[in-house]
Amino acid sequence: MIKFSEQQLQVPKLMRPVYLVTAGQSKFDRAFPDKRTEELCVDALTMAADMLSMEPAELKKYIHTCYYGHFADHFGDQLLGEAVIHDRLGLDPLGNIGVKTGGATGGSTLWEAMKAVASGYSDCVLAMGWERMDEVPTDEGNFLISCAADKDWEGPLGHIYTGYYAVMAQKYWQVFGKEEESFRRTLAEISVKHHGYARFNPFAQGPLKITVEDVLKSPVVAYPLRALDACLMSVGAACAIICDEPTAIKLTKNSKNKPLRIYVTAGSHTLRPADRRDMEIPLLPNETAEQYKDFGKRFPGGDRYPGFTGFLGARMAAWYAYRMTGIKDPTEDLDVIELHDAFTISDVQTYEDIGIRPYGEGRTYVESGDCYHTNPHTGKPGKLPSNLSGGLIGCMHAVGATGIMQTFEIACHLWDRWAEMHGDEKRWKEFNRKKPADWTDLQVKGAKRALAISHAGVGSHVTATILMDPDHLLKKDA
Amino acid sequence: MSMFGQVFVKNNQYKIKGDFHHMTPNTPIRDADNGWKLLGVTNPRDMTYIHSYGGEAAFFEALSQGKLMATRCDNPKCEYKGSVYQPFRIHCPDCLKKNTVIDMTDIAKKSAKVHTFMVCERSGAFNILEKPIKFINIEFDGVATILMSYLSIGEPAMGMRVVPIFKKQGPTYTILDLSWVPAGTKENQLPEGFSF
Ligand SMILES: [Zn+2]
Repeated sequence: MIKFSEQQLQVPKLMRPVYLVTAGQSKFDRAFPDKRTEELCVDALTMAADMLSMEPAELKKYIHTCYYGHFADHFGDQLLGEAVIHDRLGLDPLGNIGVKTGGATGGSTLWEAMKAVASGYSDCVLAMGWERMDEVPTDEGNFLISCAADKDWEGPLGHIYTGYYAVMAQKYWQVFGKEEESFRRTLAEISVKHHGYARFNPFAQGPLKITVEDVLKSPVVAYPLRALDACLMSVGAACAIICDEPTAIKLTKNSKNKPLRIYVTAGSHTLRPADRRDMEIPLLPNETAEQYKDFGKRFPGGDRYPGFTGFLGARMAAWYAYRMTGIKDPTEDLDVIELHDAFTISDVQTYEDIGIRPYGEGRTYVESGDCYHTNPHTGKPGKLPSNLSGGLIGCMHAVGATGIMQTFEIACHLWDRWAEMHGDEKRWKEFNRKKPADWTDLQVKGAKRALAISHAGVGSHVTATILMDPDHLLKKDA
Repeated sequence: MSMFGQVFVKNNQYKIKGDFHHMTPNTPIRDADNGWKLLGVTNPRDMTYIHSYGGEAAFFEALSQGKLMATRCDNPKCEYKGSVYQPFRIHCPDCLKKNTVIDMTDIAKKSAKVHTFMVCERSGAFNILEKPIKFINIEFDGVATILMSYLSIGEPAMGMRVVPIFKKQGPTYTILDLSWVPAGTKENQLPEGFSF
């Protein structure tokens, strides 16, 4: 579609307020030779119950429907894996359904869960996501991931997803990055930041104390992208409990968790990036058509929208989400975000798609220091900290769990429980990981509103999850 | 005697012969750090799929004959009538009427340009292309979309003029039968089996 009808631009509205009351996750790692997937899911649900000071059995009594996010059946070599997990969680015979939208699976699972509560079908639902990516060696894993590309038109070309994906990075690198060494360093800075924040996260798989030079010296995957520009391949599980207001109040009675309003929206775009037709930029509330009038002049070669440089799916998810919740300017209105940093460069592309910066200017979000917990240039709190979990580059990308992990992370900030969940010595020990001597509390002080972007492959599916403290809504009737 | 699985269609039914899977035994996975205790098992699997190209078959057949086919919406009632699609789309994405198949080999020869590219050092299992793989995305005059393919000779650059080459000898009947070389490349420089 290249022109929208009025009906298609309907701003989503929930039939009643929906709340996130708790969330949990397993340890994330490249492989778990000693654990079945269901053991990781049990870990996640137990943690979610813990956060409510409840026993899992007690929490389970409230659950009415279950949404399971699990992308790649062929990785786990088990069709209907959802039924296996559901049974092992002891939730039979409740209704359950599997959700699969590639890298956005976690976000899409929350999208469905929210709608079940908003519609009144259920008062309390479980959203659980996981991925098992350690059942084949890396080469075969790359083959299986490439099956997410069009199998006749792209797959046979190397059976390597990076090839289909990174052509977009190349276009962005040349048109908007102007192949500048300084931009290349900015990309490297993102990897340093995310691996660095992962050091303070006991769940994280990829903690590293590295420098920009280390990133620039890591092996080339697909020029200009290097190994340290890329996200991790992970195993793990994450879950969230979504409910209506009366249930939210009951469930949080003995907990530090304040029920948070949750809104999830979604967008999409063709599986084959080559198949994108030109269109006008759908504008976010903080943009004008005027500002893009001389776009092609300022960035020669950048006049095709979305071309190969914009993720239209992310733009539309933000388009719906901001109008739905009353966000005018994400940098002003949000306090903390988690983005889908599949590669350092796609992190930058997303800053633009969701309006943190105008198209073409994403790099300044990093260069200004706004994206840090503490701005390295001023020593003051970053304006809009991103990926304090370490993101996909530093923490994990266990596909079906990723969007839910992000939501767990931003919720911890809104609950003011980040330090407790990430700093506890016991957890570090249990995960057989060493808490660094310079461990730093990354709690964003006073955070009230947050966003997570969950994104599939070349942008075929993207969701925006917004959490808000109910006493700090931007729109009364949202 | 084992034989690769082969398929043909007769009376609209698949007729198959040969082996569509190969047997390999399971083997235990044991923990070297913990008394070689059992942790799991390997599950070998090697299968051949039977896949229909459906309405796109004309595109893949034409590659082996040195032709690049595209489609065009000719529905007079369609808002986007006249749009040409490459990749080949069986139906118009707007009106959903069946598109007209057109031969765009000449358009490709005269106007193909690299829109973006990527030189990829890695590949997945079952890859048969030489590494690094030079992915290119090609734009054409008068075509609404862009085509993903690969460059067989030279180094890709944005805006570079390229021309299509086709694997007419020993075709694979996959998208790999289509590749590209810089405009001006001589016939005798082309990879084995390929010609203009
Ligand atoms: Zn049409």
